[in-house]
Amino acid sequence: MTPADFYQRDRRLHPPALTPDYKTSVARSPRYSMISLENTVSEVTGPTFGHGDIDPIDNDLISNYAHTGDPVGERIIVHGRVLDENARPVPGTLVEIWQANAGGRYRHKKDSYLAPIDPNFGGCGRTLTDQNGQYAFRTVKPGAYPWRNWVNNWRPAHIHVSVFGTAFAQRLITQLYFEGDPLIPKCPIVQTIPDPEAIEQLIAKLDLNATIPLDSIAYKFDIVLRGRRSTWFENRPEGN
Amino acid sequence: MPQTLSYLRESASQTAGPFVHIGLAPGAAGFDIYRQELGHDIAGPNAKGTRIRVEGVVIDGMGSPVKDVLLEVWQANADGHYAHPESGTVEDGFRGWGRVITDFDSGEWSFDTVKPGPVAGRNGTVQAPHLNLWIVARGINIGLNTRMYFPDEAKANGRDPVLNLIEWDNRRATLIAALHQDGDIPVYRFEIRLQGEGETVFFDI
Repeated sequence: MTPADFYQRDRRLHPPALTPDYKTSVARSPRYSMISLENTVSEVTGPTFGHGDIDPIDNDLISNYAHTGDPVGERIIVHGRVLDENARPVPGTLVEIWQANAGGRYRHKKDSYLAPIDPNFGGCGRTLTDQNGQYAFRTVKPGAYPWRNWVNNWRPAHIHVSVFGTAFAQRLITQLYFEGDPLIPKCPIVQTIPDPEAIEQLIAKLDLNATIPLDSIAYKFDIVLRGRRSTWFENRPEGN
Repeated sequence: MPQTLSYLRESASQTAGPFVHIGLAPGAAGFDIYRQELGHDIAGPNAKGTRIRVEGVVIDGMGSPVKDVLLEVWQANADGHYAHPESGTVEDGFRGWGRVITDFDSGEWSFDTVKPGPVAGRNGTVQAPHLNLWIVARGINIGLNTRMYFPDEAKANGRDPVLNLIEWDNRRATLIAALHQDGDIPVYRFEIRLQGEGETVFFDI
């Protein structure tokens, strides 16, 4: 039996491999065309994760590396849903995030930016979506930071996001940006995305309804993974 | 006015950046935070089949090893089943998924697993044993999908429906690992060339 395919990935929405304004892409982008595959069981399956794999505290970046107190910075909640292109929730999927601290410094031995490390902030978190595809993290808002591309490039504040979905074909890493950040249109990495609406979709919206008054401000960020075709003219035991 | 379609659009990809380890392999970034990092044990203790090691390096268009790459593998068990409800059943503890990073100095990566069996293809065909690989790194805007095939499966490789989609014979060879022995362990070496001479075949899956 041939499994139902995922919708073709729209490669005009995603950044192409070669984007010279983002200099590192020049030597790290294939020159030949990709070979397009019709899906097999190798592509429509993917790893599954359970609550035994992670801990409840893993989604709370304010407490998961706190040693002497809370981290410094703007306390925020980032929440949203993981959906597919059919607007169906993707339940039980692993969402992993990582980010710099409030000053734009990463806890990574290769980051030499002069802004200091926060002793109480690790900068990574992970969670599983619930049955409605909902996820939530508590963290501090990351700061912008400089990077060596042009001499005066600054990344907008962002959180890196990794999602699995149910299939290896849905595997996605992206970045979350924050509403109103003036660095977004200036960033060569953001601008690798050729489609302005696709950029908008990566900008989390301030969500006052989800804030915790006198505690944390909230941003909403929905993640959309590839949808899957129904096999109208083929018998599937699980139905369409 | 015609009706409008209600599909959403996939979120656009962005590079994983230079500090991908913080989120997906914090031990390598230089700190411990989680009870367990995911992706270290691919096959588990109960997996049937031949224990193998897979190693390699990712090389950029200048011929230099990429030292900040993160690579994920997705594979079937020795019977050709994936650890997923749409495939068959697998041994307890067989996950079929792994995540490795490269050595910061040499760019070398490796993982231990079992050799997968042949997997069902489309329309009744059979796919040769293979590992599905996904590569992200700074400078890579969207994760690159490729496959590693086994040099000791020449007959199955010759009939593999995916390899046969590649019309250039010499490019098929870029997906076939090299085999050597390390004591009792077969070691498959797979060099991934991102660009230029011998460029690895990448798939739009």
